[in-house]
Amino acid sequence: MNKILKYGFLDLIRSNWLILYTAFYLIVSVGVLMANGDISKSVISLLNVIIILIPLIATLYGIIYYYNSRDYVEMLLAQPITRKSIFMGQFLGLSLSLSTSFVVGTLIPFVFFGVFRSAYLMHFLFLLIAGVFLTFIFCGLSYLLGLANDNKLKGFGLAILLWLFFAIVYDGVVVISLVKYEDYPLEKFTMLSTLINPIDLSRVFIMLKFDTAALFGYTGALFNKFFGSSLGVIVSVAALSLWSIIPTWLIVRTANKKDF
Amino acid sequence: MIRFEELSKSFGKLVVLDKVSATIPKGKIVAVLGPNGSGKTTLIKSLMGMVKPNAGQMYIGEQQINGQSNYRGTIDYLPQISRHPQNLTARELITMLEDIREQKGDARLFVDLFDLESHLDKHLHNLSGGTMQKVSIMLSLMFKNDILILDEPTNGLDPVAIIRLKDYLDEERKAGKTIIFTTHIIPLVEEIADEIIFLLEGHIYFQGSVSTLLSKENETNLERAIANVLLKTTSHE
Repeated sequence: MNKILKYGFLDLIRSNWLILYTAFYLIVSVGVLMANGDISKSVISLLNVIIILIPLIATLYGIIYYYNSRDYVEMLLAQPITRKSIFMGQFLGLSLSLSTSFVVGTLIPFVFFGVFRSAYLMHFLFLLIAGVFLTFIFCGLSYLLGLANDNKLKGFGLAILLWLFFAIVYDGVVVISLVKYEDYPLEKFTMLSTLINPIDLSRVFIMLKFDTAALFGYTGALFNKFFGSSLGVIVSVAALSLWSIIPTWLIVRTANKKDF
Repeated sequence: MIRFEELSKSFGKLVVLDKVSATIPKGKIVAVLGPNGSGKTTLIKSLMGMVKPNAGQMYIGEQQINGQSNYRGTIDYLPQISRHPQNLTARELITMLEDIREQKGDARLFVDLFDLESHLDKHLHNLSGGTMQKVSIMLSLMFKNDILILDEPTNGLDPVAIIRLKDYLDEERKAGKTIIFTTHIIPLVEEIADEIIFLLEGHIYFQGSVSTLLSKENETNLERAIANVLLKTTSHE
């Protein structure tokens, strides 16, 4: 598996799209830091960018990568290696290279702005962790969609719907339900609704690190109230990990049954 | 020796292989023939473990290979359509495959055979279709294993390359290797195949030598004999 991962990673890291993706984070981070002139505000600004953008790019890149590498995978299937190593290697290579782009692109400007000497180092690290989690989760989900759909158009359509659902539609549905059932106690429902959307989950995860979590909306306040900051962090990391592990497991399972 | 026992595979309602049993002897060149959609590629892909059969067993020698992966290290396989990571060069792919298979390949032989030297350091997306096929052949055959499986190896090759490939396969047979290939080019079959497996609607219609098929169909020309078979079966319907 390590070899597949290595080659996939080397292949991807040289592609122009990834260089562009890294450059994008460099520019946005520099822009945000210059505009705010302050690390904590910049982390929050960047948070709003990444929780929408990382899922979008990971989803699109994941599905494109899957379809583009189909024939390469067929070549690998003819080698004396198990399917598990092939697909885990491919998926990890993809997620790791996108994560590297993101981490390198944001880390460099923040280091120049002295993030290591600032009081907000942990907040920034949380931002990086959330970004990496989101990359793995959405790469995994879209790779899985590719694996399950030989029809490219259907695969692309479903992948875009997946992003649209978690990034935009989901919050709308939750808000409408909250308004409609406002007479009922909704704490548990709200908590649960956050746990089952990785985007909301990452938002809360970073917000909990800021002591003012309660200011950032209902769910942040709830998490703070229920778990206190540190337990809340543990719960959100556990949920994010589950969100990363389950698609990975499903990728292996689907790949083992598939005809190529 | 390669053996299929009652191998069946369907995709949804479409039955592609229906209890196919066959034995492919060691040291022979066997051509798998049949009209489009008769199950040639599915049979080969089942053998490579890329298609999971619904029922039946496959053996190489005495080893059952269903669901295994190590046995693929003893096979050189050329798929019908092969694309590779487009950002890499042929030279990098050679090193990569050697690394993955943990075998040393003899790429030099094919570089000389197909004049590939000047293409080795180009990114693959810059290669023409025919050159790409030559590179694919090099990448699949360079490990010089005892079993060669080639799915339409002459696709896109120029006449010189076809002749060289033919000579190469002939040499390999003399060295005692087992070679299975599919093709639609009948003269190629007449020239190099020891045996034919003729697939028709998921069954083996015929397995035997070219001359046996000719006498069975009462023809002198293999192309006509095959056309006969196809016409007979379509008129049955």
